[in-house]
Amino acid sequence: MFDELRELYQEVILDHGKSPRNFRAIADARYHAHGHNPMCGDQLEVFVVTDDGGRIADVSFVGKGCAISVASASLMTEILRGKTVDEARRMFDGFHEMCTTGADDPLAELPEEDADRLQVLSGVREFPMRVKCATLAWHTMNAATKGIDEISTDDGLGAG
Amino acid sequence: MSAQASIIEPVAFDVDAVRRDFPILSREVHGQKLVFLDSAASAQKPRQVLDAERHIYEHEYANVHRGIHYLSQVCTDRMEAAREKVRAFLNAGSEKEIVFTRNATESINLVAASWGRTFLNEGDEIVISEMEHHSNIIPWQFLRDEKGIVLRIAPVGDEGEFLMDDFAGLLNERTKLVAITHMSNVLGTIVPVKDVVRMAHDAGAKVLLDGAQAVTHIPVDVKDLDCDFYVFSGHKLYGPSGIGVLYAKEALLDAMPPYMGGGEMIRSVTFEKAEWADLPYKFEAGTPAIAQSVGLGAAVDYVTGLGLDAIGAHEADLLTYANQRLSSIDGLKLIGTAPGKSSVVSFTMDCAHPHDIGTLVDRAGVAIRVGHHCAQPLMDRMGVAATARASFGLYNTRAEVDVLTRALEGVREFFG
Ligand SMILES: Cc1ncc(COP(=O)(O)O)c(C=O)c1O
Repeated sequence: MFDELRELYQEVILDHGKSPRNFRAIADARYHAHGHNPMCGDQLEVFVVTDDGGRIADVSFVGKGCAISVASASLMTEILRGKTVDEARRMFDGFHEMCTTGADDPLAELPEEDADRLQVLSGVREFPMRVKCATLAWHTMNAATKGIDEISTDDGLGAG
Repeated sequence: MSAQASIIEPVAFDVDAVRRDFPILSREVHGQKLVFLDSAASAQKPRQVLDAERHIYEHEYANVHRGIHYLSQVCTDRMEAAREKVRAFLNAGSEKEIVFTRNATESINLVAASWGRTFLNEGDEIVISEMEHHSNIIPWQFLRDEKGIVLRIAPVGDEGEFLMDDFAGLLNERTKLVAITHMSNVLGTIVPVKDVVRMAHDAGAKVLLDGAQAVTHIPVDVKDLDCDFYVFSGHKLYGPSGIGVLYAKEALLDAMPPYMGGGEMIRSVTFEKAEWADLPYKFEAGTPAIAQSVGLGAAVDYVTGLGLDAIGAHEADLLTYANQRLSSIDGLKLIGTAPGKSSVVSFTMDCAHPHDIGTLVDRAGVAIRVGHHCAQPLMDRMGVAATARASFGLYNTRAEVDVLTRALEGVREFFG
């Protein structure tokens, strides 16, 4: 059952969704923000620590979410380590564009290894309702680096 | 089992015939037969409702209450006939007590803005419950912030049951309004509203009941309940969207100022002043939802034709069956198990987030709602961020419960 959903839920996503990496809070992180997706109630907190050279020395997250949002957050923490904050923001732009437009080239600038890892989430394009799940952690990281404490992916529309 | 099943299986209710009235139920989704288990968000429409709306547009349409030409008269009569149907449906004393609005949300906002602003003062208290839909929370928060009134929250128990003693403890001489859902859209809990009304009245408070969910499952008699306000939406009652109802006791409506100003709601206007139209038109400014009100009348006819008792029995059977089937799934937890609840089943699974559950079962053609269901305070109370919710209406079947169950077993295997 649900074999056609393997494209969305690739093995890597199921794995990271179940056993997220860097799933911990960091006290005194240089950057920190709360992200909220009101549509599904998902809440994430992202922590970013930079070294003297402005590179990301440690990055982590805690929170609750669906398999897609947790896996995306987990993959993000692995990919961002060692990047500069500017690079991280550019990756956010590229990743966001990949998820929303369906184009692959937004990732072309990235190191191949990183692009491949982000690519596993490209399945969300076919699921407009799930794009926000995939991008929640990235939005939160992006906000954190800009000194914004709290972001919400939208205003939570819908009847009950 | 078979002896028991034959007792609970309703015989008078021909669900196959009912299903034939709903054209959409024969469609497919992702190549699978549609299994629509999201009627609590909005219900599908029977042919009778579609035909009524179509008929008025094809044969009788004109604006109402203003033309003296033939069609305007016919259309006005149709709309007023629909109002009479709604009156009878709620057993209200008079058609003057039936105000057409856009939906339950607008009905509550109307009461808050008109009655609340006029009759509530700083320090007055409004009691709502922990299981309110946002539409029965936010309008009162507006009023709190504007007038300095106090909101008090009646708690629910771990099963999602309404805690009568705790509620009673909140009532005092400052309580001016109790605004409570008749049935929770998340838990399915039916609130013993007759007792609530009696106790609130003893304390000198008015009572607004949010019947958005309840009217589709149980007979409502506003005279017997003695509530002061009762609200619901057409679209959950198998009727059109864009039409809702506010029932209010005539004396209250008389004393309340208009909610919106414009055409329809005035008797005479000069640039100095205006005189309000009679009830209920005083509250129906602007051209109303004409065809939708007629569609709502058809929906009321449809539901009363089948009989809410028969519908309720059919749904109770589905609920019992669903509880039994879903409980057999490993790691599935039902949220909302109050005795006497109605056919809304919220649950979580330890292997998957509600959002993932929703995406998967959708592939099996099963439409359920996932998320916070516009009841975030209730989610907090139940200790969950979100739930998956299957809601059963008059056209659902045990076979559909089986499809849902198999799909959820598939979710377990997928994420297991
Ligand atoms: C209990 C309850 N109250 C109020 C509402 C609001 O209904 P509407 O959105 O039609 O105004 C809903 C449904 O969304 C509901 O379930």
